[in-house]
Amino acid sequence: MDKIIEVNNLKFSFKTYGGVVQSVRGISFDVCEGEIIGIVGESGCGKSVTAQSLIRLNPEPPGFFEDGSIIYKGKDITKMSEKELRTIRGVEIGFIFQDPMTSLNPTMKIGKQIEEIFVQRKLYDKSQIKEKALEILKLVGISDGERRYNQYPHELSGGMKQRVMIAIALVGQPSVVIADEPTTSLDVTIEAQILDLLKDLQKKTKTSIILITHDLGVIAKMCDRVLVMYGGKIVERGTVDDIFYNTKHPYTSGLLGSIASLETEKDVELSPIEGTPPDLFSPPPGCPFAARCEYAMEVCYKKMPPEYELSEDHKTVCWLQHEYAPDIKLPCKNREKSEVL
Amino acid sequence: MAAEKQPLVQVQNLSKYFKLSKTDTLKAVDNVSFDINEGETVGLVGESGCGKSTTGRCLVKLYEPTNGKVIYDGKDIFDVKSKVEKMDFHKNIQMIFQNPYSSLNPRMTVKDIVGEGIRLHEKIGEKELDERIEGLLKDVGLNRDHMSRFSHEFSGGQRQRIGIARALSVTPKFIVCDEPISALDVSIQAQVLNMLKRLQRERGLTYLFIAHDLSVVKYISDKIVVMYLGMVMEQADAEDLYKNPCHPYTKALLSAIPEADPDIVRNKERIKLKGEIPSPVNPKECCRFVERCSYAKPICSEQIPELKTIDTNHKIACHLF
Repeated sequence: MDKIIEVNNLKFSFKTYGGVVQSVRGISFDVCEGEIIGIVGESGCGKSVTAQSLIRLNPEPPGFFEDGSIIYKGKDITKMSEKELRTIRGVEIGFIFQDPMTSLNPTMKIGKQIEEIFVQRKLYDKSQIKEKALEILKLVGISDGERRYNQYPHELSGGMKQRVMIAIALVGQPSVVIADEPTTSLDVTIEAQILDLLKDLQKKTKTSIILITHDLGVIAKMCDRVLVMYGGKIVERGTVDDIFYNTKHPYTSGLLGSIASLETEKDVELSPIEGTPPDLFSPPPGCPFAARCEYAMEVCYKKMPPEYELSEDHKTVCWLQHEYAPDIKLPCKNREKSEVL
Repeated sequence: MAAEKQPLVQVQNLSKYFKLSKTDTLKAVDNVSFDINEGETVGLVGESGCGKSTTGRCLVKLYEPTNGKVIYDGKDIFDVKSKVEKMDFHKNIQMIFQNPYSSLNPRMTVKDIVGEGIRLHEKIGEKELDERIEGLLKDVGLNRDHMSRFSHEFSGGQRQRIGIARALSVTPKFIVCDEPISALDVSIQAQVLNMLKRLQRERGLTYLFIAHDLSVVKYISDKIVVMYLGMVMEQADAEDLYKNPCHPYTKALLSAIPEADPDIVRNKERIKLKGEIPSPVNPKECCRFVERCSYAKPICSEQIPELKTIDTNHKIACHLF
């Protein structure tokens, strides 16, 4: 598959009164054509900053790139001018925000917000614009488009607003859509609708999606490949099956252990990850997870582990993979069904 | 014998309407009834706007209901007039709030927050109070050093712990937990859940656990009440409800859970609900779920279905049964 975006050793920090917060500390990944890639992690792990830096939405200053590059179609996004960025943002790379309640313009009709891109890019004739907007509304599952076209955001429910957001992200026929927690503020039944819609659209339009979430359930449902982030670094990456059934990083394993799923027996205690995430003002020199890791060795506190390649897709950043490390089997999801097959 | 014992809390035909204007009434809670036995956890689930929080708030007297009764330990809680009885009520029933950022007073230290209730209910010396608070903080995983700090110095998980310590301070019997973990990170959620379970074991607490996350509710509850647009759709023992959901809404709700297991997700058959949750303002006098139900019959849009018992402890409000 062709790579659309290549991120190399990206470091993004913010200057604050308290010092420099190193939000993203050297991460590399590719986004291939037509795939859904998930970035999962807890608040403050740098997943949103990563997503926003892909189209330079982080305020600069106080934010700045310390190092690294983001190559899109042969050009480095980190070095682009504002003028160049405007031709990419929302057109070639779409963005779906977490909170549809605040990310739509409250003083503008839904239809006009969708048309904005057409008008700016002069994609269609003036007479065609409305027709195209209605077409897109239908595509995202809004049935009475004619009426919705003339409504304001406050007249729509949360799920509807998120559909409009998706519509806006899709108008420019982007090659990549970045979805930052697209369903976090929605109810379960509505969440399921929106996730289905995203998946359908992805199949139809062959757009790549970068899906940012903290919910492993959403990851399991949607993604082909997963990046697990912690303390500004990618700690494990792999296909969904690698991540869930062949977990190789204690953090990923801890995340899986701390969710109550429908199969969790009542008298079984959940195994939470004790402690709290590291302070990114002065991140530890070693593995960011060492302080909370039950398998931590001396080396973990002193030196950042390299990325160990377990298979072509599956990689983990953990000293446990070193040849001298003790052989530990991390708890992960059992996969009884497939073993029978 | 145990079966004859009266439930600790009985909610009977509870309704709470909010009058919006002369013509519009928002029926947040409409004719809701359920029982909570001593020492058990009842989970109250539903999507936003279904009235689960309003029900919880009525139970701790933060709202005066429009209709119906809440009987705690044999007494109607809204019938309490004397000050002594009122004090007694609030000593027994406490609440843990959803948002740990807005439910703690930013001008008060942890000691004042946790100690406020104790000071109010008991005559207690300063030294003894300190000891009590220290014990409470220890119980929720904080320590003595935290006592003189303000709430903004803590993370979300720690603040929720302070909220829990505050609720525990007056040694209540019954705690309403209104989405206590939904504002927290996954790894922190498990810490708080485990703690709530441990405290229940140690102190014999009774919980009403309000949440929208069905997996969590299943894990913590003995009994579950499913609400939709102000009404109870189904109630049953936790295991039973998940194994044998009867109401079309419960089925859809269960099948919509995004499970953290790719194989299960791939093999699961999804029931897709059409449409959105309708507005609770001036609802029609019929089954509230009718617009989204794929099994709806003519009668469903004419009559409100009654809550029928279909099995031991299993009740359902649906015309199909």
